[in-house]
Amino acid sequence: MASSTILLDYWPSMFCMRARVALREKGVEFEAKEEDLTNKSPLLLQSNPIHKKVPVLIHNGKPVCESLNVVQYIDEAWSDKNPFFPSDPYGKAQARFWADFVEKKFSDAQFKIWGKKGEEQAAGVKEFIEAVKILEAELGDKPYFGGDSFGYVDIALITFYSWFGAYEKFGNFSIEAESPKLIAWCKRCMEKESVSKSLPDQEKIVAYAADFRKNNL
Amino acid sequence: MAEEVVLLDYWASMFGMRVRIALEEKGVKYEYREEDLSNKSPLLLEMNPIHKKIPVLIHNGKPICESIIQVQYIDEVWPDRNPILPSDPYQRAQARFWSDYIDKKTAGPCKALQRETGEKQEAAKIEFMEVLKTLDSELGDKSFFGGNVFGLVDIAFIGFYSWFHTYEEVANFSIVAEFPKLIAWAERCLKRESVAKVLPDSGKVLKSVSDYRKKILGIN
Repeated sequence: MASSTILLDYWPSMFCMRARVALREKGVEFEAKEEDLTNKSPLLLQSNPIHKKVPVLIHNGKPVCESLNVVQYIDEAWSDKNPFFPSDPYGKAQARFWADFVEKKFSDAQFKIWGKKGEEQAAGVKEFIEAVKILEAELGDKPYFGGDSFGYVDIALITFYSWFGAYEKFGNFSIEAESPKLIAWCKRCMEKESVSKSLPDQEKIVAYAADFRKNNL
Repeated sequence: MAEEVVLLDYWASMFGMRVRIALEEKGVKYEYREEDLSNKSPLLLEMNPIHKKIPVLIHNGKPICESIIQVQYIDEVWPDRNPILPSDPYQRAQARFWSDYIDKKTAGPCKALQRETGEKQEAAKIEFMEVLKTLDSELGDKSFFGGNVFGLVDIAFIGFYSWFHTYEEVANFSIVAEFPKLIAWAERCLKRESVAKVLPDSGKVLKSVSDYRKKILGIN
């Protein structure tokens, strides 16, 4: 029987991982369909004709695209448990701001570390460390970015943790040395089943990134 | 307790226009402060230390940054009048998707249309036309992007209408002739008091960009 909740997925994608974490947080049964990004399925191209990217969440036949949009949708469609946002509008705006920061500053920087070499890679490391320090300051002494509960910003950011091994290896630096608080937060999140089940092992990602570098750089 | 709403903005910013329209839609009184982007105020740098950009919405002393986030905030704080987002989760996801599309796809070409010449500007023009084509198709026969009701995506895009004349002039092409449906949509939006009040005169925008191109880029 066809599932009412399908995720068009790609195992190393930190963006797809966000959707997996979000669905598990809500206890939603879903079917993950692994995409071959060199040979995108008709379903993917039909469900996301604009960007042709994963993740795509197909819920009751209707597609939702863009990972942060998918996470917000999951929060609203399954609103009965584990809310991802605080109830006050200011808290919501802050959460959206920080997820957007992850998207704008953190995401671009991290790609340069494993996806580039030379000067571009060095710039990526520098920008990554800057972004990490800003995020660490925002986290402060809170257990999660959402405060006492794991929330939207935590979901937006934690998936990159699966790539930390790759950043450290190819960027030749230690994230823990730069930001022990952030690593502590990562480990706290990984204690949650929704997270640990949704993130691949760091070694697998290192191998994936090594392969990419071999083929592209 | 009296509400204090301050908006740090730049008159020609299509992002600032989004926030002004949202505030007007909700009937919220606010203090508008014009920023000189070549000499940003201490208040702007204090309230948006991460990006240092306008618009910044300051509500009872607390800053909210990024225009689509600000519009959603306004919708949530003042929910009783003129809802901006629909209530259905799927429709909300669609509204957010298209606002995000507009932000992602217009940033590069719009900047290049203003600041470049020759091949770079030509490439930007082609990219921008593709975006307009996609939006035109998404609008279809609906009155507004969300359907019958003026909402988030309309607010996200209508400010760009005040820049169409500028793009047409500096890059020598016609948006009006190519996209009559979008123009009809824009005119429909302009019938709303909030939009009519907020959108600057197209001629003013063109003059400021022409002056910039003459002075900074040396283009006549």
